[in-house]
Amino acid sequence: MSTQTEPESETEIEESEAAATETESAVESPGDRRRREKGERAVEEEAKRKEAEETLDEEDTVQIKVFRYDPEVEGKQEPRFDDFHVPFFKGMTVLDALIYARDTYDSSLTFRHSCRQAVCGSDALFINGSQRLACQTQIADLDSETVRVEPLPHQDVVKDLVVDMEHFYDQMDSVEPYFDADELPDGDETQRQTPENREKVKMSTRCIWCGACMSSCNIAADDNQYLGPAAINMAYRFAMDEREGEIRKEDRIKIIEQEHGVWRCQTQFSCTEVCPKDIPLTEHIQELKREAVKSNLKFW
Amino acid sequence: MSHSYDRGFIEDFGRWREFSAGMWAWIFHKFTGWVLIGYLFTHIAVLSTATASDPAVYTDTLQGLEALVIVRFLEVGLLAVAVFHILNGVRLLFVDLGVGLEAQDRSFYASLVLTGAITVASVPTFVGGVLA
Ligand code: HEM
Ligand code: SF4
Ligand code: FES
Repeated sequence: MSTQTEPESETEIEESEAAATETESAVESPGDRRRREKGERAVEEEAKRKEAEETLDEEDTVQIKVFRYDPEVEGKQEPRFDDFHVPFFKGMTVLDALIYARDTYDSSLTFRHSCRQAVCGSDALFINGSQRLACQTQIADLDSETVRVEPLPHQDVVKDLVVDMEHFYDQMDSVEPYFDADELPDGDETQRQTPENREKVKMSTRCIWCGACMSSCNIAADDNQYLGPAAINMAYRFAMDEREGEIRKEDRIKIIEQEHGVWRCQTQFSCTEVCPKDIPLTEHIQELKREAVKSNLKFW
Repeated sequence: MSHSYDRGFIEDFGRWREFSAGMWAWIFHKFTGWVLIGYLFTHIAVLSTATASDPAVYTDTLQGLEALVIVRFLEVGLLAVAVFHILNGVRLLFVDLGVGLEAQDRSFYASLVLTGAITVASVPTFVGGVLA
């Protein structure tokens, strides 16, 4: 069975790789290399998952340990873990398991979800010790008997797996995350972007505001005012967009080089590791640091 | 975000097991940096008192220290700490330049392995006189 499906998944990977390197540039950029390596790893992981799936037959169940807390109900104010045994099916994600547990065992189990396809960013959770999207994490991939599901660390828990995202959104807003060009074209002329420039900001545009990066960052945990990886990435997305112009870029650099901006980053790479959209966050933060230095050192 | 809201044992329980390469590199770099500062001050204190008077005091002090096995082992430790700090420091300088960011975890492991190798190779030099 695996011999038949193997080449199929490989061509899939190749296709997505081709899409990722659509610029046709001869030299492979670090980002492209990383994505290629990731693609190669995905093939291996796919094979491992198939193996894991085959050992789990239809009768099998998986155990999920879910963090529970409800400040409004007496007796639930003390954080605890509840175990749920959920029948496994091929391709089951952590979100599927949570939905099953809620619908079958305990309708008060609370978590956010919407798109179920890693688009809306509402179900970033702390799964087996790492920030991941529940809908993007297949149980067979986790390689463990039980799946431990907790709310995102370093954020206030509202109830069960739901955390307060307000502060994260405030940080996002503070970098003015909207296109704002120095000069607008006449009439209804389109503001065209060069393919090279589009390529430069491409990864940074992928953010789905899930908050995984902020939650993984131990600097952000300690310094509430730190803009955080997602907001800095958002600033990068616009500061690097050549259509906005030099004046706007200066303003944007001023925002990110403030006391609680890029210089707080200690290059721990935690955010880059957890971002479900594979945005090279640390790379973008480092590039903005260099931009900030350049804009302050104008001898020429 | 991080208001002082008590999430019980959940928040900080055994989290270190989940740290990734970059996080360990950061912790080790902090640790080794501060150990080096600590050594620097001790070093200055010891040498300035030893050299304050007669040259014989200096010789006695150093010979006395070097005769202690614990000092020999601490020297091996100091070398390990310094080598790691330098190698990882160079790694961090590359990270600051945006060079080789996709290999940041491998360069950290390389720093560790090299530190280990250099430390082991240095043992005969540091410990030799006392034990042999
Ligand atoms: C060739 C030798 C060295 C190199 C390449 C080096 C490199 C570095 C770099 C790049 C950092 C910044 C880390 C960051 O970006 O977060 C740093 C931090 C530091 N270094 Fe060094 N260093 C060297 C020697 C030393 C020595 C001799 C000492 C002590 C006397 C020292 C003490 C420290 C301390 C205390 C820190 C700050 C640690 C912290 O983050 O709290 N370093 N070093
Ligand atoms: S940068 Fe990545 S981890 Fe951070 S909010 Fe955006 S998608 Fe989520
Ligand atoms: S449910 Fe939308 S990202 Fe997971």
